[in-house]
Amino acid sequence: MSTVVIGVGNAYRGDDGVGLAVAAALQVLVPARVSVVACEQEPSRLLDAFQGATTAIVVDAAASGGVPGSVYRFDASRDSIPAGVFRSSTHAFGVGDAIELARALGKLPPRVLVYGVEGGTFAAGEGLTTPVRDAVGRITAAVLDDLEG
Amino acid sequence: MPERRTIQTDYLARVEGEGAMTVRLADGRVESVELRIFEPPRFFEALLRGRSFGEAPDITARICGICPVAYQTSAVNALEAVCGVEVPEPIRLLRRLLYCGEWIESHALHVYMLHAPDFLGYTGAVELARDAPRTVERGLALKKTGNEVMTLVGGREIHPINVKVGGFYRAPSRRELRTLVQPLERAREAALETVRWTADFEFPERTVEGALVALSHPDDYAIERGRVRSDAGLDISAAEYDEHFEEEHVERSNALHSRFRNGGIYLCGPLARYTLNRDRLSPLALEAARDAGLGESCRNPFRSIVVRSVELVYACDEALRLIDAYEEPDRPAVPVEPVAGTGYGVSEAPRGLLYHRYRIDAEGSILDAKIVPPTSQNQLAIEADLHDVVARNAGLDDERLRDLCEQTIRNYDPCISCATHFLALEVERR
Repeated sequence: MSTVVIGVGNAYRGDDGVGLAVAAALQVLVPARVSVVACEQEPSRLLDAFQGATTAIVVDAAASGGVPGSVYRFDASRDSIPAGVFRSSTHAFGVGDAIELARALGKLPPRVLVYGVEGGTFAAGEGLTTPVRDAVGRITAAVLDDLEG
Repeated sequence: MPERRTIQTDYLARVEGEGAMTVRLADGRVESVELRIFEPPRFFEALLRGRSFGEAPDITARICGICPVAYQTSAVNALEAVCGVEVPEPIRLLRRLLYCGEWIESHALHVYMLHAPDFLGYTGAVELARDAPRTVERGLALKKTGNEVMTLVGGREIHPINVKVGGFYRAPSRRELRTLVQPLERAREAALETVRWTADFEFPERTVEGALVALSHPDDYAIERGRVRSDAGLDISAAEYDEHFEEEHVERSNALHSRFRNGGIYLCGPLARYTLNRDRLSPLALEAARDAGLGESCRNPFRSIVVRSVELVYACDEALRLIDAYEEPDRPAVPVEPVAGTGYGVSEAPRGLLYHRYRIDAEGSILDAKIVPPTSQNQLAIEADLHDVVARNAGLDDERLRDLCEQTIRNYDPCISCATHFLALEVERR
């Protein structure tokens, strides 16, 4: 049984770096059986990270028009993630696309949880905005709970 | 009152003024086509100012999640040039091997996940995977092999950390590289299947206008070195780039459009590389191109998927050749002492020519940096194609017209991933 936590994002795109920040925080807190992966920008790589995992937890910035810092949690093993939550485009692959592709190919781990953090700004620049930075600790704690459960 | 339609494609709705396409139609006639598809890496140019020249490969690698090696390579080429250093051959070849990994990864992603569904009547790779899982798995396996090459040589698959000015932090052993042989042999077979697969697609007739611009080198299919050439006779060094090309600032957007200083439009990327350097493909890749029906040149953007597939064969073949010939360098890097001046570097990113220019002082501090990515360079050519596509199909309803515009853009594999990649589509009628 293996568990992987994947933080997706781009640290040079403002709040888009939140997934990486959560991954960095978890790196030193998770039990040894859990691997933590930072996925910078190219989410089709999620499929490689899923390989051999029985549980996968994915954290990415969201852009669904909600209040910055809001945290969403989806059980992707049960349902598809609603469109419009995560980055996606017809010219690039998003987290939602990667998960659906894994599902179509029968490569989705049995348990997949996805956290989205509503971003405030995705303009070029380093650092998270305050509401998003405040959410990092909450998600880190939630993921640690998931790992115990 | 004439009927006016505005068709808009917002790739990056959350980032104002960035990543959108707007087509304005009045009475079925195209008034304007405006593409704001790529934000030039100005933030990174600013970030580089005042940093040590040795940091440039690491910083610029973070501009793009798909082509970090391209950014690193153009950066080290420019900085080694200004410092008067030419790296030893084994180091150059190791960089070329790393770059092959990036071509494999990037081309596999675009061919299978983004482009092929257009030709097969699917909305995307997920739908394609439901009907043809083994085909999509072949693409993913190819992509993974590219990642493996990048991880072993580059240090990490995304944003390789092993490249430095003067060489590498650590050079892999022959034994380590041998572990890539089997996966690459399988990948080469998969790439040949990819060529056969894509060659059977149906391609609408289209011809790109303007000059085709790519690096060219007498000894090989240019990737990490070469002179900037065009099919119209241009033949210049990287240092002469600014004398021949300019970026014009476009009103109402952050976009910079590259064009020839004499006003001409040009296109870089696979079509340009193939047209200029076809005879330097490996025998296997050349044979695959012939069997696929590609002629001596290719100006049909739809067929770029076949050219990318041929380049996949080449990149696997070339990676295997480089591994076979690999000799561990005496040391992974040569020392590079900063020299005040301006350095120019180019390389062939999967999407086309990537130009870097740095001015550094005698201590090695970067005084200013300029980065011109391929997607900025191709922007005018893409707009010209879109203009034509819309003019010919103005009678279609908004949704079909927008699909057609998206396909047209996809033919050029624009690097949306260099920016964030939100997508919100909007159609307005006025």
